[in-house]
Amino acid sequence: MPSSQLQLNDHSRIGVIGGGPAGSFSSFFLLDMAMRMGIKIEVDIYEPRDFTQAGPSGCNMCGGIISESLVQILATEGINLPTTVVQRGIDSYVLHTDIGNVTIETPLREKRIGAVHRGGGPRDVIEFQWDSFDRHLQDLAVSKGARVIPKRADQVIWENGKPQIHVRNQDAQEYDLIIVATGVNAATHKLFKNVELKYAPPSTTKTHIREYYLGAEKIEQILGTSMHVFLLDLPRLEFAAVIPKGDYVSLCLLGEDIDKELLTTFLDTPVVKNCFPDGLDLDAPSCWCSPRINIVGASDPYADRLLFVGDCGVTRLYKDGIGAAYRIAKAAASTAVFQGISADTFEKFFFPACRNVEIDNTIGKLIFMFTKHIQKRTFARQAVINMVASEQSKPGKKRHMSTVLWDMFTGSAPYEKILLRTFHPGFWGGFLLNLGSALFSTKKPTTQLSVTDDSDMTV
Amino acid sequence: MTTGELGKLYQHGEYIVRQGEIGYCMYVIQEGTVEIILEEEGEEILLAKRKAGDFFGEMALFDRDVRSASVRALGPARILTVDKKNLLPRIHQDPSMAFRILEIMSNRIRELLLEVNRLTEITKQNNTH
Repeated sequence: MPSSQLQLNDHSRIGVIGGGPAGSFSSFFLLDMAMRMGIKIEVDIYEPRDFTQAGPSGCNMCGGIISESLVQILATEGINLPTTVVQRGIDSYVLHTDIGNVTIETPLREKRIGAVHRGGGPRDVIEFQWDSFDRHLQDLAVSKGARVIPKRADQVIWENGKPQIHVRNQDAQEYDLIIVATGVNAATHKLFKNVELKYAPPSTTKTHIREYYLGAEKIEQILGTSMHVFLLDLPRLEFAAVIPKGDYVSLCLLGEDIDKELLTTFLDTPVVKNCFPDGLDLDAPSCWCSPRINIVGASDPYADRLLFVGDCGVTRLYKDGIGAAYRIAKAAASTAVFQGISADTFEKFFFPACRNVEIDNTIGKLIFMFTKHIQKRTFARQAVINMVASEQSKPGKKRHMSTVLWDMFTGSAPYEKILLRTFHPGFWGGFLLNLGSALFSTKKPTTQLSVTDDSDMTV
Repeated sequence: MTTGELGKLYQHGEYIVRQGEIGYCMYVIQEGTVEIILEEEGEEILLAKRKAGDFFGEMALFDRDVRSASVRALGPARILTVDKKNLLPRIHQDPSMAFRILEIMSNRIRELLLEVNRLTEITKQNNTH
């Protein structure tokens, strides 16, 4: 059969390797769309980990933020995240710098961002009060008809033009389509050691995530319902956040190969210490990990009857990885169901979604380079704080800087949209004015300002 | 201690949407029930009730008219806003996102047709008597 005629039909079988968000979203939407088309397909998810387990064995190692845009889109899809999964609803971001801080809120202080644990929780969790986010998504896929095979896929080979998944001590299973959703922290290349593929895995960098137990009440008291982000002059640090969860707080550091030296310097910073209770030993977290993240997407994440989704394919730079997994998984499912499963078809209908993310990441890198310059200069940090404060002080005033910061921190908007917002003359007019003012000012502010995000405002 | 609620909490009787306002978003009920009311010449006509998982205000996404009815909380209700400016670009990129909205809207048209049939039958019977 010419590869361009490869299609999913009644009784087609799909093997999904990896049961994290990208694998579960792919399975969910494949089954949903096939059902709408009246095609009966079978979907098997190979996932050896039990996401209800505490500690690293049940965890996919991530900050665990469900962005504002993803919360809204999932709700539109009929996927409402229950309070048994969302550990804390987030309604604002606090930007901390060494010269003051500002709070940016959602309209009406609506809780639009969800903080979750990907697995069962940190290794010392005693009472499982909340469900794992990854398990919740897996259960949704199962509710659509997917079957979870709690085994590790060891190898993929091709026999008679179709791929087979090999699992230790079991017969190989033949599939019409295989979707690989193994993330970047698994040895994906070993799966294909006997197959010639154009696929080249993504480039990665090391991050650092820590969990501290504070208890729900103390978290409410110190951090409230805000995510706390830091704009500090620390080399190699691109982004740092303290995320309040249910009983725990997650600390996430992103940048160029985060190491112990950078971590120690960060934790010793007074504004960081202020986000934790006095006496808490920051060197003794409940759980920690240094996962790798995808910073340059995989090349050729498709072949005949084969797709790579999620972090082992293409994902968003630094922010909203779960949102990117959703978008790419949906592109994979809609291409497979409505268009076909050949490499040519994937190139035409699936790959554009990946390419858009990669182009957006390139813009994101430019924005982060610009942010670095602000990070390094006290007067520039001062100008950002002053501009946000000024936008807040005058009702009805266009909130250029606040909106840009909101979109940067929340990961809700594509980097392209953030860049376009900065092209507005009002943004540069205000910023240059505040830069000039901060450069010649001797004022030493230690402000606690509240700035409401004006999402309905046109920039 | 419940900490994971998403959306905004409205108390019993509190208005979420006012008839005649311009709408920029639709709403998804996370918890509780709301009532949809048509306000005509000082009188209120209950059109429907919606519960957790349902959405309302979706007409504002696709037309540029004012809200056709008011919506208020029936008991405490937690509501999540879905912004038109976020959703429409996504639907443009991924038209399958509109499947569920279309499905629910077509179910509502079906319900309305049944209601029209029922009312037509009642009118016929009244005319016969």
